[in-house]
Amino acid sequence: MARPRHRLIRLGVLLGAVLVLGACSFLGSEDQPLTTFEPAGPFAEQINNLFWPVFWIAVAVFILVQGAILVAVFLFRDRTGAKEAKQLHGSPKLEIAWTVIPALILAGIAVPTTAAVFELTECDPEAIEIQVTGHQWWFEYHYPEAEIDTANIMVIPAGQEVCAVMTSDDVLHNFWIPALNGKRYLIPGQTTLLRLQADEPGTYWGHCAEFCGLSHSLMRARVQAVEPAEYEAWLTEQQTAAAVPEEGAPGFDGYQLFREKGCTQCHTLRFEDEAASNIIDRASFNGPNLTHFASRPVFAGAVLPEEGQTRDDALKDWLADPPYIKPGSFMPDLALTEAEIDALIVWLDTLE
Amino acid sequence: MTATAERPTTTIFRRPSSTTGLWSWLTTVDHKRIGIMYGYAAFTFFIIGGVEALLLRIQLSQANGEFLTAGAYNALFTMHGTTMIFLFVMPTSAALMNYMLPLLIGARDVAFPRLNALSWWIFFFGGIFLYSTFIFGTSAPPIGVDGLGGIDGNLAPGGGPGSFNFLADSPDGGWFGYQPNAGPLYSPGTAMDYWALGLQIIGLSSLVSSVNFLVTVLNLRAKGMRLLRMPVFAWMTTITSFLLLFSLPIIAVALFMVTFDRQFGSLFFAAQAGGDVILWQHLFWLFGHPEVYILILPAMGIVSEILPTFSRKPLFGYSAVVFAGAAIAFLGFGVWAHHMFASGITPVAQAAFGLATMTIAIPTGIKIFNWLGTMWMGRIRLSTPMLFAIGFVAMFTIGGLSGVTHAVVPSDWQQTDTYYIVAHFHYVIFGGAVFGLFGGLYYWFPKLTGRVMNERLGKIHFWLMLLGFNLTFGPMHWLGLQGMVRRTWKYAPETGLEPWNIAVTIGAFIIALSILTFMINWFTSRRRGQESGLDPWDARTIEWMSPNPSPEYNFAVPPVVTSLDHFWHLKYDEDAEGRAVRKEDGDEIVATIEHQQLNPESPIVLPNPSYFPFFFALGLPLMFYGVIYHEAMWGKGLILVGLIIALSAVIGWAIEPLEEPHAVHDGIDDGDHEDELEPALDAGTSESIDD
Repeated sequence: MARPRHRLIRLGVLLGAVLVLGACSFLGSEDQPLTTFEPAGPFAEQINNLFWPVFWIAVAVFILVQGAILVAVFLFRDRTGAKEAKQLHGSPKLEIAWTVIPALILAGIAVPTTAAVFELTECDPEAIEIQVTGHQWWFEYHYPEAEIDTANIMVIPAGQEVCAVMTSDDVLHNFWIPALNGKRYLIPGQTTLLRLQADEPGTYWGHCAEFCGLSHSLMRARVQAVEPAEYEAWLTEQQTAAAVPEEGAPGFDGYQLFREKGCTQCHTLRFEDEAASNIIDRASFNGPNLTHFASRPVFAGAVLPEEGQTRDDALKDWLADPPYIKPGSFMPDLALTEAEIDALIVWLDTLE
Repeated sequence: MTATAERPTTTIFRRPSSTTGLWSWLTTVDHKRIGIMYGYAAFTFFIIGGVEALLLRIQLSQANGEFLTAGAYNALFTMHGTTMIFLFVMPTSAALMNYMLPLLIGARDVAFPRLNALSWWIFFFGGIFLYSTFIFGTSAPPIGVDGLGGIDGNLAPGGGPGSFNFLADSPDGGWFGYQPNAGPLYSPGTAMDYWALGLQIIGLSSLVSSVNFLVTVLNLRAKGMRLLRMPVFAWMTTITSFLLLFSLPIIAVALFMVTFDRQFGSLFFAAQAGGDVILWQHLFWLFGHPEVYILILPAMGIVSEILPTFSRKPLFGYSAVVFAGAAIAFLGFGVWAHHMFASGITPVAQAAFGLATMTIAIPTGIKIFNWLGTMWMGRIRLSTPMLFAIGFVAMFTIGGLSGVTHAVVPSDWQQTDTYYIVAHFHYVIFGGAVFGLFGGLYYWFPKLTGRVMNERLGKIHFWLMLLGFNLTFGPMHWLGLQGMVRRTWKYAPETGLEPWNIAVTIGAFIIALSILTFMINWFTSRRRGQESGLDPWDARTIEWMSPNPSPEYNFAVPPVVTSLDHFWHLKYDEDAEGRAVRKEDGDEIVATIEHQQLNPESPIVLPNPSYFPFFFALGLPLMFYGVIYHEAMWGKGLILVGLIIALSAVIGWAIEPLEEPHAVHDGIDDGDHEDELEPALDAGTSESIDD
């Protein structure tokens, strides 16, 4: 009944299947904007460099253990006429070996781990401070030096370190831009820090990683890194106030609706005419500052517009029924008519 | 039975005496029947938790899935985690511990049989209480939030698109219940109260059994069974009991704090009033990490029984395996903050907890290498229990290795809260604990039924489960590293995560198919399986000296243990090379043992059944329903009713008389084999057990 050949074939098939599956998983690593494997700055890079050696050590142990299992089953499987097993009870030498060797390997991993923890924790004092506040379900960014507020997409200068000083307005959130660094909680009543840096201009995707209630899955983030000069220009532009639309001008109707429909309860808008401005106290509940809404390529927790959708179409869907798109949304369904929605969009598009 | 004379024998209460029918099950104190009830209840919850997982997987099988509403999704993942941990893996371990522990150490029952019944009934009512949230619970949106409850036609109560919204009124704060999201401000319905109080009840059940098992192990071992002669599963039960004993009070306190915050306006975790939301995480994980070892150590014990039996060799490095288990348990209390590396704790704390986590890999490695050492040079029979044991070693190793990558703190900053973590702990809990538990069910099935499970179906079950398991949880490593966050109802198509999610969903259904195979096997083999006899596996440990199916008294003659693997040494000698040689009269010895164990020489006194554990346990959920609805008059009334029931049961329990031994087994021994059974006979006298 000995069938070593059959077993060899089976073993081969099994190994083949594992290899094919493994190879498949490396296909299509393109077009995965949240991947942790394409670090775009020094902090994510450092983490990546720490991950791979540990991964390969794990692979070696994996092969050792799984190989030993397969070989043991193959060599020592009960066959007719096989001798009974020797009744070995153990080997102190082996016990010492497989205690000490893993301990040494782990000690080797521990040293760079500890170093990296300390290096990655403290922000550079020269770093640009951006305050991040988590809300159900969107990220707010406050630039304290320039005194500007924006939402959903964080604009940073490429090649410079940004220190995100973070807190939460409601529940726990977890700010994560995989290409730039690991995650850090946003904690109500506490402040946490996260170092961010992108070496090259580009748009980097992110996500709230801690479960934060009904629409956790729709709390996404973007970081847009731009050339430093462009960054300065952006800051200046964001500092400008909006103009109140004249009667008859495009956007006038939409602006009136904004006033009438109760949007002013949550959304800050700074106008050149300060009396017309609608400033919501940052300490109390608020929605995104809309002064430069049209300058932001994404909205609604960086969920909209979806792939292949124009901004105006996305806005239409959103204004028609925010809680349908984002369940539990604090922005209510205002039962707007289509004409009202169109008018609002015309006005919102002027908020460059 | 000297105790009888000292106890009051006349009271108004008579102890129940039914041995069949519903009352016999409600009043039983037999560890085996309690184990069986634990097992069937746990398996029922396994099916429920599994169906929940399948629904989650259908939702995630495509980008922007529209199968479930957000509310239903969140409720289902909360209940899936809570169910699988507290209502499936823990009670399945409890089932095997209950059934097997006295058999493994040569006892007739656990130390406190009525207490044992109590912990089962508390578990049972706790599970029902928790799941009654599906009927009674409410899950309201945060105060002041619009957009739920169907304010316009197209909106389901769970919010957003999705065909299915059932069960959305269930706990939806995650099995981890992070504050303040699961607190009164952000989860104002009653659902999270059901969760917190349900876990409170279930935790009490485990706490009660942990004390019971510890006393059992320390006091009721058969003669000659020194601690280091105990089967490893008995050892792991002991260590698990210590873990339960020390960790459950922590979660009990934390859950009471949550309940006080939610019900009585305390502010432990209220950030807006200076409370600390991270404190909850410290308390939760200070329990939660030992909990991981509570789930895995029993399975490690089972595997340490199966591998030697089917390799026909002693466990390699027995004492190293035992002490490694103790070391894992000990270190397990010092690593909780590795669940919180993203929480902004200081770098010193992060480094310390990272390094402490790495040290756990050392005893874990010792176990794995010793299991390999056990198989090495053995004579391996690939019966179904062995397949599951080998599957355990292989899959658990993968979970252990991905665990080391979390100990590398900065790596964990990328991995935490992603599907990489989901993959990791499923390799530990499913690939580890569940494979081990299934191995145990196949291995000890004869003790339950006197039959062995069908090998062919068992092998189909194993291979389907191995395939489905790896297809489900293998790709999750990749998905997590590609940025798929956990607890996510939807993901965007642009993330490129869809292809592997399809594979994962297919894998989940293959697992379901394998479980179906198991159920068919279980129920057909129970009636029609091949009869096992005393020793179907040519086993090593003394539980196989008790007949199959187990008689109520376990052992007519408690064995006197002379060595580790005592039963094996009754059957086998070693030749000059150290190879096992079956004694010439090996078969006769086995036959003699069976005969002797089936035919007690003198009456055996077993503990009396009791009504009171059932009624005591019944009082608890009533009280806890009352706490949830304490603002209403009937809620206050319910607390009182529950309290009266529980207190009456305590009093009844205390004054309950001992009655005539209800199970008297008068055996006829023909005396033919008395001289051949050297040590076993010396045990002669039967020792009574009383609670």
